[in-house]
Amino acid sequence: MSNIVSKIREPLILGDRTIHDITLDVAKSVEGKANKWWYIVFGLSVAAATWGVCCILYTVGVGIGSWGVNKTVGWAWDITNFVWWIGIGHAGTLISAVLLLFRQRFRMAINRSAEAMTIFAVMMAGLFPILHMGRPWLAYFNIPLPNQLGSLWVNFNSPLVWDVFAISTYLTVSIVFWYLGLIPDFAMIRDRARVRGNAMYDKVYSLLSFGWSGRARDWSRFEEVSLVLAGLATPLVFSVHSIVSMDFAAAIVPGWHTTIFPPYFVLGALFSGFAMVITLTVTMRKVMGLENYITIRHVESMNYIIMLTGSLVGTAYITELFMSWYSGVEYEQYAFINRATGPYWWSYMIMMTCNVVTPQLFWIKSIRTSFVASFIIAFFVNIGMWFERFVIIVTSLHRDYLPSSWTMFHPTFIDIGLFVGTIGIFFTLFLLFARVFPVIAQAETKSILKIVGSQYVEINATAAPVKEVKEKEVDEKEEESSDDNADNESAENDKGDE
Amino acid sequence: MSKVIHALYDDDEKLLDGVKALRSSDIHIVDVYSPFPVHGLDIALGIPKTRLAICAFIYAMTGFVAAATMMWYMMIVDWPMNIGGKPSFSFIENLPAFVPILFEASVFCAAHGMVITFLLRSWILPGVSNKNPDPRTTDDLHLVELDLDDKEASEAVKILKSSGAKEINEK
Repeated sequence: MSNIVSKIREPLILGDRTIHDITLDVAKSVEGKANKWWYIVFGLSVAAATWGVCCILYTVGVGIGSWGVNKTVGWAWDITNFVWWIGIGHAGTLISAVLLLFRQRFRMAINRSAEAMTIFAVMMAGLFPILHMGRPWLAYFNIPLPNQLGSLWVNFNSPLVWDVFAISTYLTVSIVFWYLGLIPDFAMIRDRARVRGNAMYDKVYSLLSFGWSGRARDWSRFEEVSLVLAGLATPLVFSVHSIVSMDFAAAIVPGWHTTIFPPYFVLGALFSGFAMVITLTVTMRKVMGLENYITIRHVESMNYIIMLTGSLVGTAYITELFMSWYSGVEYEQYAFINRATGPYWWSYMIMMTCNVVTPQLFWIKSIRTSFVASFIIAFFVNIGMWFERFVIIVTSLHRDYLPSSWTMFHPTFIDIGLFVGTIGIFFTLFLLFARVFPVIAQAETKSILKIVGSQYVEINATAAPVKEVKEKEVDEKEEESSDDNADNESAENDKGDE
Repeated sequence: MSKVIHALYDDDEKLLDGVKALRSSDIHIVDVYSPFPVHGLDIALGIPKTRLAICAFIYAMTGFVAAATMMWYMMIVDWPMNIGGKPSFSFIENLPAFVPILFEASVFCAAHGMVITFLLRSWILPGVSNKNPDPRTTDDLHLVELDLDDKEASEAVKILKSSGAKEINEK
C-alpha cells in the first residue's frame, strides 16, 4: 500500500466496495426503476409546481398587484424568496470548489447533488426579481444593449445591475463546472448501455458524454481545468452573495444600511446551503440506497460547518444590534427595537431560535452524528434562514419614516403559491436529476477508494499501532538492559520481525 | 507487421509500474485509458504539463478589458449621468463602482473560455463518438494501448505480464 493513510481516519466509503461495485451502485439509480417513495415525492412536487406555475402565469397576466406588496412594503416575499434561494445555492459550489482546494475528501459523495441543488436553487432565485419587474418581458433591459431610448444604458453604479452580472456568471459557471464533472460519469453509463445492448440509453448518453474516452491526456487536462475552475469559483461564491447583500446595504433604509452585510449574508448563505444539502442527501441516501457512500462522517463534517457558520451568523445578529445602538442614529435604533419588539416580533424570535440556538445542539456528539437529528435541525435552519430574510426585508420597511404610512404585509394566495411553487419546481427538477444523472461523482470517488474505502482504512488502522507498540517496547528495553525478562522479550520481538 | 496490444490492469499502482517499465525500455505507448484520474500517470507517460491555466489567465484579462471598455464607454463617454452625486467624470473616479462587474466578467470569460478550449483541444464535443477500445475502461479497468512490430511486441508483453496486467489482447 503506497497510499499514506492516517490511522485515525475513519472510512468514507463503507461496505468494502470495490471499484466495480461503485460503478454498479451509481448506475443502479439510472438504469433501475424508481421506487414507491420516489413517485410519491415526485407527485407532491409536481402538484406544488403546478400551483406555482399557475401563480406565475397569473402574476405575469395581471401584474404584481396580485401580491400583498403595498407602497410601504415594496419588497416582501418575492425578495425574501430570492435571497433564500440564492443562499441555498451557495453550498454546492462551496462543496465542489472550496473543499476541492482544501482537499476535503468528504465532498466526493455529495458534490454532484449539491451542485445540482445549486443550479436549481439559483434558477428559482432568478425567477423572483424577473417577476417583480411586473413586465418580465422587458427583463432584457438589464442587459447593456444599444437601444433607441436616447442611448440610455444600465446604471453600472447600481448593485442591482451588479447582481444581474453576478448571478448570471454564477449560474453559468456552476452549470459548466457541474457538467464537466458529469462527462466521465455519462461515459460510464454509455459504455454499460452498449454492453447491455440498450440502444436508447446508448444514444442518449453518447450524446451527453461528448465522446469521452478517458485518455491519460484528457484526464490530465480535466484535473487542471477542475482545479482552475475551483480557484475561479471560490471568490465567485463569496462575491455573489456579497453583491446580493449590497442590494440592501447600498440603500439608505434603516436596518439595511450596514457595512456588515456582505460577510453576514455570505455566512448565512453557507449556513442555509449546507442545511439544504443535509436535507437532500440524508433523504437521498435512504431513498436511493446510498448508505455506503453518504455516511455519518459526511453529515458530521457538514454539521461542523453549520455549527461554525451558525455561530458566526449569531455573532453578526448581535453585532448588528450593538452597532445600531452605538451609532446613535435614532432611526437605526428604532428599526432594531421594532424588529425585536414590534408587530413582527414573532418572526424575529423564529429567526433567533432556529439560526442561533438550534445549531448549538451540534456541540453534542450524539446529536451531530445522528441522521435524524441532523435532518430535523437542518429543517429548522432552513426555516430560520427564510425568516432572517423576511425580518431584514419586511420589518425594516413596514414602519416608514412617516407614521402615516406604517403598514403590515399580508401575503396573498399568489404569494404563497409562488413560494410553495418554487419549492415544488425545485424538487421536481432535483428528483428528475436523481433519476437520469449519476448522483455520485463516481470517477472521483473511485480515485479516492484506496484512501477512504473501509477495507483499506481498516488495514492501515490495525497495521500501524502494532508497529508502534513494538518500537516502544524496544526503547524501554534499551533503557533497562539489566532486566532479564525485558531482554527475552526483546529477543522474541526481534525474532518476530525477522 | 505491426501489432496492436491492449493490456488491461485492474489496479492503478500496477498500471503505473507497467507504464514506467515500458517507458524505461523505450517502448512507445499509444495511449492509456482510465476510468478515473490516476495521479502521476501523466508524469510517467511523459505528457507535458497542460497550458490551460495560462489560457484561463488570458481569457480573464480579455474579460477584464472588455468589461472595463464597455463601462467606460457607457458611463463616462456616451451618456454620463449624475446619480446621487456620485462622481462619474472619469473612469478612475467611477472605478470603485466598476469593481464587481470587472471581477465577474473576468471570471465569466476565464471559466467559459478555459472549458471551451479544453473541450476543443481534447475534442470532447456533442456528437463525437468515443474512442476507448474496451467498455470496461469506464468501469474498473485501465487499458494501455501499444502499436509495435513483432520483435518489440514480445518484449512488451513480457514487461506487461511481469507488472501484473490482468489481461493482454493482441491484434
